[in-house]
Amino acid sequence: MSTSTSLPGPAAAAPLLDPQAGLPGRTPVRSGRSSSSTPSALSRTSRYKLGNVLVTVILSLGAIVMLGPLLWTFSTSLKTHDAIFALPPQWIPDPVVWENYLRVWSAGPLLSGIRNSLIVAATVTVVGSLTSSVAAFAFAKMRMPFKNAAFLMLLAGLMIPFPTIMIPQFMVFAEIGWVDTLLPLIVPGLFGNIIMIFFLKQYLENVPDSIIEAAKLDGASYLQIFWRLIFPAIRPAMAAQFILWFMAVWNDYLAPIIYLNTPEKQTLQLVIASFNAQYASQTDYPLIMAASFIALLPVLIVFIVFQRQIIESVALTGGKG
Amino acid sequence: MSTEVLRTKPRRSRLHRREHQVALLFIAIPLIGFLLFTLYPLLYSVYASFTSWNGLAAPKFNGLDNYIKMWNDPYFLKAMWNTLFMMIGIPIGLVLSMALALGLNRKMRGTTFFRTVYYVPVISSIAAIAILWQWAYNGDFGLVNQVLDIFGIQGPNWLADKDTVKPALIIMATWKGLGYSMLLYLAALQSVPRYLYEAASLDGAGTWQQFRNITMPMVRPVTFFLVVTSIIGGSQIFIEINIMTPLGGPEFSSASIVWYIWRQAFNNLHMGYASAMSIVLGLIIFVITVIQFRLNRRNQFSID
Repeated sequence: MSTSTSLPGPAAAAPLLDPQAGLPGRTPVRSGRSSSSTPSALSRTSRYKLGNVLVTVILSLGAIVMLGPLLWTFSTSLKTHDAIFALPPQWIPDPVVWENYLRVWSAGPLLSGIRNSLIVAATVTVVGSLTSSVAAFAFAKMRMPFKNAAFLMLLAGLMIPFPTIMIPQFMVFAEIGWVDTLLPLIVPGLFGNIIMIFFLKQYLENVPDSIIEAAKLDGASYLQIFWRLIFPAIRPAMAAQFILWFMAVWNDYLAPIIYLNTPEKQTLQLVIASFNAQYASQTDYPLIMAASFIALLPVLIVFIVFQRQIIESVALTGGKG
Repeated sequence: MSTEVLRTKPRRSRLHRREHQVALLFIAIPLIGFLLFTLYPLLYSVYASFTSWNGLAAPKFNGLDNYIKMWNDPYFLKAMWNTLFMMIGIPIGLVLSMALALGLNRKMRGTTFFRTVYYVPVISSIAAIAILWQWAYNGDFGLVNQVLDIFGIQGPNWLADKDTVKPALIIMATWKGLGYSMLLYLAALQSVPRYLYEAASLDGAGTWQQFRNITMPMVRPVTFFLVVTSIIGGSQIFIEINIMTPLGGPEFSSASIVWYIWRQAFNNLHMGYASAMSIVLGLIIFVITVIQFRLNRRNQFSID
């Protein structure tokens, strides 16, 4: 393709004259190429638009695949017992029975499951976020010997998978009588979360040291500096990490299944799993799906409300929580 | 500040000592947590892996017995193989999510909507997802086979057949993880400088050449990050297996390594043997992570 004639003149001038000209395909360079390949071809802009239509169709089909199973769960949860075995399948329940959502509360310890999950997730994330942010402040802004070594050691801990340490951890908690309580799920989290410390530390690198030095000159204690200067500064970064962490604890399964036996002491994820095991033999799928949908709903709502922050934070940090 | 500090030397060191103490106090909490709940259990796991231990009596040292037993344990080898096999979903997921990200990177309406929709399975509880997919994979009345039926395909009884149970789990895992990789790719695509493409198209590079020579190298750090985190996550697959195939699947064909560790430790009380397997798992993950750090350094990639 020849560019020598078309580049300098009109292509360079066009954006100055017409703000719309910056859009793809408006420059003579590109339209020149398309007309050279097929004489009757559409302009680059229309080709781009056609591509958009095609991509939208494909993405829409994908979106159906992504949401299909979730919608189907909801649809199953509103069916009668006979309707789930109907052939051809009922995509929209007929009749719609909301009764499953009433039945589900007495069919198993769903309410205590929600309560236990809330207790664990809220305690861990609220206290853990505080301890993490205080530590991040010290790591980012305070002088201390062996600071980096300590930080690297904590980071190295990330490499150790939970299954590798779960057996001795279980035995320790068994020895002090914490099995079948929520404490083994709560207590380790209270000591903070290295992923959160890591990101808050990174975030704090952008806060100038001078404001901290100034506060020190004014006689502020380190705790005062943390509360008045650091905490307000890192709040936005913390909020996203907090939500991700909350969802991770809420959705946790391996630690709860190890520690909790009594149905009333189990977290929500375990409760719906035992719903699944218990009612599948009676083929009471509407009930199972109602319980699962209830378990999905809180996180779904949190996600839809905070989706911008969550998506930005994940895209920025790669952290899943 | 600095001049004043320089003038009063003794005061500076006192201030410094005070700062050191407070800083130590601030980081003491996560450090103690690390020592108590990670380092100590890790060391104990290493020790326990050389013992015969049922969790009730004290562990009895038995040398390398557990490790030797492992190599002759068909269930362990099968579980390892299953875990490895299920990782073929990782490249499939990466290709799909890259394609999605390219689509969402276009200037068009609805991208925010699609981004949200594809992300919904990522944030959903894996337990609930496993339950609903177990029902969706039901041979006679499940969603999957009913949809296949529309196209005239008779689907198998996915989770009850040893040949389809792993593909079924792979499909589900890909479905759940797609949005996450897509989002990271999208962020990476958006940070590729526009002028690179403009320069390439001036040089006559086609769409494929631009993708191959600009896009792929520019998003390579994200690909590495995703490959490594997916392998680490994939090697610990447990919840889906535990819920969808509680007994390890037909002919043990869906049992994963963590599932087998869990079962040996907490159902059969073979704590020593389970510890040894968990150490092997930890070592594998450690090696993968080290390789990642090496590659990261070479690629100058940092996740900030």
